[in-house]
Amino acid sequence: MQLTGAQALIKSLEQQGVDTVFGLPGGAILPVYDPLLDSTIRHILVRHEQGAGHMAEGFATATGRPGVAMVTSGPGATNIVTPIANAHMDSTPLVVITGQVATASIGTDAFQECDITGITMGITKHNFLVQSAQELPRAVAAAFHLATTGRPGPVLIDVPKDVSQSLMDWWYPTSVAEYDLPGYRPDVDLDEDAVAAAVALIARSQRPVLYVGGGTLKSHASAQLLAFAERTGMPIVTTLMARGAFPDSHPQHLGMPGMHGVYAAVTAIQRSDLLISLGARFDDRVTGKVSAFAPEAKVIHVDIDRAEFNKVRRADVAIQANVAAALEALDASGATPRNLDAWWGEIRSWQRQYPLVYDVPATDGPLRPQHVIESIARSSEPGTIVASGVGQHQMWAAQHWKFEEPGTWVNSGGAGTMGFGVPAAIGAKAGRPDRTVWCIDGDGCFQMTAQELVTARTEGIPIKVAILNNAYLGMVRQWQEMFYDERYSEVYLSADLPDYVKWAESMGCVGLRATNLKEMDDVISEANEINDVPVVIDFRTDVTEKVFPMVAAGASNDDIMVHPSQRGAK
Amino acid sequence: MNAPEPFAGVISHTPVRHHILSVLVENKAGVLARIAGLFARRGFNIYSLAVAPSEGHARFSRVTIVVDAESAPLEQIVGQLDKLVNVVSITDLAPKDALERELLLASIDLDDESRGAVLDAVAGAGAAIVDVDAGRVTAMLAGTPGACDAFERSLEIFAGVELHRTGRVALPRLGRTVSERAES
Repeated sequence: MQLTGAQALIKSLEQQGVDTVFGLPGGAILPVYDPLLDSTIRHILVRHEQGAGHMAEGFATATGRPGVAMVTSGPGATNIVTPIANAHMDSTPLVVITGQVATASIGTDAFQECDITGITMGITKHNFLVQSAQELPRAVAAAFHLATTGRPGPVLIDVPKDVSQSLMDWWYPTSVAEYDLPGYRPDVDLDEDAVAAAVALIARSQRPVLYVGGGTLKSHASAQLLAFAERTGMPIVTTLMARGAFPDSHPQHLGMPGMHGVYAAVTAIQRSDLLISLGARFDDRVTGKVSAFAPEAKVIHVDIDRAEFNKVRRADVAIQANVAAALEALDASGATPRNLDAWWGEIRSWQRQYPLVYDVPATDGPLRPQHVIESIARSSEPGTIVASGVGQHQMWAAQHWKFEEPGTWVNSGGAGTMGFGVPAAIGAKAGRPDRTVWCIDGDGCFQMTAQELVTARTEGIPIKVAILNNAYLGMVRQWQEMFYDERYSEVYLSADLPDYVKWAESMGCVGLRATNLKEMDDVISEANEINDVPVVIDFRTDVTEKVFPMVAAGASNDDIMVHPSQRGAK
Repeated sequence: MNAPEPFAGVISHTPVRHHILSVLVENKAGVLARIAGLFARRGFNIYSLAVAPSEGHARFSRVTIVVDAESAPLEQIVGQLDKLVNVVSITDLAPKDALERELLLASIDLDDESRGAVLDAVAGAGAAIVDVDAGRVTAMLAGTPGACDAFERSLEIFAGVELHRTGRVALPRLGRTVSERAES
């Protein structure tokens, strides 16, 4: 069967089971958009290529399947660089297809030419510049294999226009051997000696902590984690990337560690004698000052990526494996710590003394952002998916939303990409239309990517957006207040410009506003009644509200600052 | 205030503790850029780098990288390098386990006054004259990096020296068993 490269590309995506592609056409990718008309694949036409990338990320996080985005060459390709970098930092499986100028024009500075494989070399797991139509099926199959196995990540396929226009004899790889990846070996044999060494460390430990990272979600290890945790009775912390890997309602769960972590979670790590890292990477936002991080702890480091071992913190035992396999092996070998009663006694006292708190909101406003989040959470059905942008609102959402299952928290962790929330929520809802999807956003973030609500309305993707509008780039404002003597430099945005209600309405969404407690309850109820179009709520929140607890950048986790109302007690 | 010295960057001149990585890669466009880019963005120092097709396969090339193991832990360098999809295998050779060789070409001005000294230096280093002109001579030395260093230093006193070195290639030393090497 003879096909054009464009037809072969679409057919290859169908072979991979792709049902949704986020994209925006242009010159070099034009040939590929023609056979798309005859495909079963749903294409979601975005308003900016960055939106396509973040939607694909939200889709991937919510569904556990790779997200797919397709854009044209030059500026189309560079506009999706931020999502690619974001996916690379957060190990999100993504396949990005870019158009490229014809092979004969490459290197001539042709119209809309740009070296996107060169640009994305350092921010993709791998990328391909496809040289012939005959090679397209191999590139697509290899890209999905790379994106989804081992440590997942973004893979880019650059397709020159003449490649998509020329003819090929249809074929599709039927085995990994045909992918032509002689240097790629994602499967690792579990090192039994390392497991035995880990079991020995666990047996000696009196103050262990399970430090659960994003790799636990990526390897679908929640069931194994629950079994292991309950059998051993160990306390658990889940990082920003791992929220939802373990139920927040579980009594062994201490919450999130790190710069804005729960006091008990941060302090349990600091005082631990054994840290069992499960798909976490000792990020600076978790460790604070590395030399002062968990100073008495031995470390068992489980990761599929051996380059994570000893990168930041020396591991006493390194187990290269996906988290699920490692937990099964540890469980099978009966790894059990010593009696943890005394340890739990200490932890419970920290929990009692320093719970997450915030000031009670005044009835007539302004609203407390944490209270808004808790109110939305209370009124939402179980399994509701929450996406966020980056900043204060993200930290408050990670702290105050109670996550009970994997795939319900969609956020930008490593890269810290403002504007991630709205498109990521749209992608999550496209992948999980059965779920309610809230985007907890900030006013600064919302302004970066809000145009994708036009996409959401047009495509019938009814997400709900809660803007915690404090009229500021809030996290930057918080740092300027605390560390720059309240010298506020370029952080004021205005609460009224733009008018978020009118803006929402102009994009075909329902726009609502709440300035006091009564209005807050009313608009949340109203938003929950609307399931056919997107809803945007402008919550007017307290400008001065700050995220606590907080460990200052570069400080020791021992110097954690709790909420002002708790400081007398410390 | 005086301008500070520019940062020397990725190419290091004096590896205090060097290691030799013999890296088998797929012979595909951009592979060298991927390796160089990885070293640059992770802050690993390259002392020298040599690339050539490998063992009769058009499909693979061998890249011999001398890395400064002070700039980053060797484990990190190898671990990150191994994640490049086009990298097929990495052999790490400690200097004491490696047979290292390098090629040096040097053109030197000759006049009646310097002729004797130049030819003595060439002969003393065991180098060969491979090209001559009325006022100039090109010598070649294939030898250990130390021998090349010594030859290079011996030429410093002469005029008009143009000197190129290939960077090292290396193979494991023979004469010790594999298990001995693994233990050391």
